[in-house]
Amino acid sequence: MEFSLHFASVFAESDLIIRGILLTIGLSFSAILLGSGLAILLVASRNLGNTFVRVCVDAYVELLRNTPFLIQLFMIFFGLPLLGVRMSGTQAALLAMTLNLSAYATEIIRAGVDSIHKSQIEAGLSLALSRTQVFRYVVLKPAIAKVWPSLSSQFVLMLLASSICSFISVPELSGAAAIVEQRTFRSFETYIVVTLSYLALALVLKLILIWLGHRLFHRKVVSILSTASKEGIA
Amino acid sequence: MSTFGWPEFLFLLRSAGWSIVLTVIALAFGAVGGGAFAIMRLANNAVLRTIAAIYILVIQSIPVLMILFMAYYGLSIAGVEIPPLLAASVSLSIYVSAYLAEIWRGSIQAVPPQQWEASASLALTRPQQYRYIILPQALRISLPPTVGFLVQLVKNTSIVSVVGFVELSRAGQLVNNATFRPFEVFMVVAAIYFAICFPLSRLSRYLERVLHVGRSH
Repeated sequence: MEFSLHFASVFAESDLIIRGILLTIGLSFSAILLGSGLAILLVASRNLGNTFVRVCVDAYVELLRNTPFLIQLFMIFFGLPLLGVRMSGTQAALLAMTLNLSAYATEIIRAGVDSIHKSQIEAGLSLALSRTQVFRYVVLKPAIAKVWPSLSSQFVLMLLASSICSFISVPELSGAAAIVEQRTFRSFETYIVVTLSYLALALVLKLILIWLGHRLFHRKVVSILSTASKEGIA
Repeated sequence: MSTFGWPEFLFLLRSAGWSIVLTVIALAFGAVGGGAFAIMRLANNAVLRTIAAIYILVIQSIPVLMILFMAYYGLSIAGVEIPPLLAASVSLSIYVSAYLAEIWRGSIQAVPPQQWEASASLALTRPQQYRYIILPQALRISLPPTVGFLVQLVKNTSIVSVVGFVELSRAGQLVNNATFRPFEVFMVVAAIYFAICFPLSRLSRYLERVLHVGRSH
């Protein structure tokens, strides 16, 4: 059987794909900001709080890190409405992504905080800073600087995992792909275009994160080929 | 509408078996590919090095879901109907190979360079160096992150439910469609995943601790 690729009908739907790309960027960007913010709060309360708080934070992190993102998404999207919390697919996706990323980021930033030398904290306390001030002004920035590469790859993995939101019909890039595929019957061509879009998005995000690491933490600018991840997300 | 009882629970457990089967298949094939790409990534030949680096970069920059669709529809171009298990195994193996390649490259590089020099001075060839000197040590170093990655793999098998393969997540969706009790159903599904993943996470941390002690001298 002769088979040839026809991209014309896929490109005819390019406004759908572009809207999908924009939603993927919006979801990922918001989840990265909100998830990181939540993670910093969790690390701070784990560090400054009592044993009970620490156990709660650890349980939160382990529960989210050891269950698939897909199931977390289903729990939020199908489960929460039964409790009276109604939300759209996009809102559920953003909530799931934020919570998922916050757990991974908490674990990563905690490792950075643990690596800060005790003498730094003692020096801060001896200057009459409160423990919260020490965390805020002495510990936090070097901790994040230290784990920036891990944090960066986690952000990229979150961008990739956002594709899973198409399971609940969120019209982000993968969701848009499903619609285009149904309209054009050009499955393989559609997914070639969409896969290349993800590739471009992920590479651009990697470059931005390398640049940010350089600007914020004076990290060395590294080749994008050496940013490979040793983690994975689900 | 049926209720969520024992038969449904047993159905979920059986489907969890398929998640584990998928994990094992992907790990087996992914390990072969990953090992090959790890060694290519460290080859003296710049062309091999670059090919491996680009492969790892590209696969790590596209979602597993897209690898799955590309494998599913790409293989279908030949005109044959692709069984979901095949598409799932192929795509997960590709995904695993890129991540394991990077983990193992790091492990091989963590072996002190003096080991390379000493074995080279004994006139060992490069394959002999890998076989007798480097890989046995790299294996120890790689064990904790490899087990840690296994957790990610188990969770990522949930994605293949989209091509209709009935593993744990798909089974959860089917049971939910029949009973419409999303909280109970997905809580149980999550609990089964957790029961598989959490021990692996702990094992990874335990190995990190004990193997690190052995390495520090």
